[in-house]
Amino acid sequence: MIELKFRIEGGDFDRAGTASSETKKVLKQLNIDPKVVKRMVVALYEAEVNVAAHAWRGEVTVSVKDHQILAVVKDEGPGIADIGRAMLEGFSTASPKVREMGFGAGMGLPNMKKNADELKVESTPDVGTTVTMIFDF
Amino acid sequence: MVQEVFHHAIQIDEAKCIGCIHCMRVCPTEAIRIKDGKATIIQERCIDCGQCMRACPAKAFYIEQNDLKMIEQYKYRIALFPAVLIGQFPDKYSEEQIYQAMMDLGFTHMIEVEQPIKVLIDLTREYLREEMIPKPCISTFCPAVVRLIQIKYPALTDNIIPIKAPHDLSAHFIRQALINQGAKKEEIGIFYITPCAAKISAVKSPVGDQPSVVSGVISMNDFYNKLRQIIRKEVTIDTRQQRWHLTREGILWSTSRGESSRFGNRAIAIDGIHSVVKFFDRLENGEVKGFDFLEMRACDQSCAGGILLTGNRFTTTERLEQRSKNYPSYLDKDQDPELDIKSLTASLLIDEIKPHNAFRLDDDISKAMEKMSKAQRIICFLPGIDCGACGAPNCQALAEDMVQGKAKMSDCVFLQQRWENEGRIGTGKAFHNMEKRWGEGRFNADCNKRGRRNEGF
Repeated sequence: MIELKFRIEGGDFDRAGTASSETKKVLKQLNIDPKVVKRMVVALYEAEVNVAAHAWRGEVTVSVKDHQILAVVKDEGPGIADIGRAMLEGFSTASPKVREMGFGAGMGLPNMKKNADELKVESTPDVGTTVTMIFDF
Repeated sequence: MVQEVFHHAIQIDEAKCIGCIHCMRVCPTEAIRIKDGKATIIQERCIDCGQCMRACPAKAFYIEQNDLKMIEQYKYRIALFPAVLIGQFPDKYSEEQIYQAMMDLGFTHMIEVEQPIKVLIDLTREYLREEMIPKPCISTFCPAVVRLIQIKYPALTDNIIPIKAPHDLSAHFIRQALINQGAKKEEIGIFYITPCAAKISAVKSPVGDQPSVVSGVISMNDFYNKLRQIIRKEVTIDTRQQRWHLTREGILWSTSRGESSRFGNRAIAIDGIHSVVKFFDRLENGEVKGFDFLEMRACDQSCAGGILLTGNRFTTTERLEQRSKNYPSYLDKDQDPELDIKSLTASLLIDEIKPHNAFRLDDDISKAMEKMSKAQRIICFLPGIDCGACGAPNCQALAEDMVQGKAKMSDCVFLQQRWENEGRIGTGKAFHNMEKRWGEGRFNADCNKRGRRNEGF
């Protein structure tokens, strides 16, 4: 099993994308189907941006096992009040400041759902959110 | 079909290589390693971008080309060249003089690569109108970029527009025109005057499967020198007919924004291989959205900055801009009635552009995972200084080389030092290891050492 860990700081959009880029490099070296790599990277990037936009800090853990990639993005933050609504395209609670930076279109979670083979979102208000994604190859 | 290793135009002259690490540092695909004190290229990873050639202080890199004498074998001798060739001449030389000089060199026909550009513009626009194609679309114009995608961004191969580059178009175009005039196929010799190494490789092993119609390749710097030597002051030959198809857009095609200004509602033009790499990383992450077309060129200032150009890239671009003003837009130009658009179009289509991941640790995923775990453990022992003294571009690359059996722990000079300190290895043995990597006698004091005297860099 291969395991990769990355930290994300809330509000740090400059570094958001590091986990997806580094993971991508490794997956390519493992000779995993480019189409799976692409889905994985797009979904992970969205998750990273979510942490940067909403949470205080977070951690990404990517593990690659036989025929499966597991990505867990765990953050400490305000949590998601209504996960059902957050899954709808276009729904966003991003601040005006985040929107000004070109994020917060309300496509984050829907995009993760579209790209991951399995997506699980668990959240506790004022504690944090854990997004778990599975990709099969 | 089994993937063939690409043809490569860039070679290293071992006698000239002084075994420094300038080339290894700048290579965008980590394709260079130093072994026995000499640079070597990992063929599978090389995209022929020419960064190493630019960086080499000893001019040890060269590119293969055909001898100009080869043109004598043909009755119809065609010089196929991109407009940047004209652009790099000083203003005092007119295009008539330059064309005439090419005839003096023995060519019977001259065709600028971008001449029948309307065919390419129409065909590309038609493709871009299709729904369901992955956006943003990337053209095949720069072969170094196409190869970069194939080896490093395999998921983006679907974004490449399956239409050949302008040099293929003009080669087919001139051949068709000559055959229409009664020439036999075997009497026609088309010689491509190349501004870079990547185009040579593209001519020798094209992106698709069909063989190229180009008979030979001549490097532009040598060609330019020859032209400068024989160019005459007075113009006695009328070559205007040879430029009949030339348009404003065609002349500017190989300069930056030449393509992107023609295609898509939202198009980006990027030049310089390291900028291209950074952008592809972002694109692959899905960070970049909403663009229809990408013009990606490996050289700064696009082909005006080609590795085989003699002139300055900025003045070359400016001269082309001035020159383009004397030519009509392709929109105002009547199509040559004799042109067989249908067959020309057919010859431009590429069946499939296959990805060829050159960074995989193993074909087998579970073996690749084992190697990856091993590399991750090795990296704990390496200093992370990325000095290159091991002959690999950075510590990560060294760790990967080790799990591939291409390098040893003792290649790391710092690790060796630690071992010496811990008394695990003798000084003599450590020194011997370094000489094995960098060549015997390499560390002897020598004021006449290769690269030392009057070769400041």
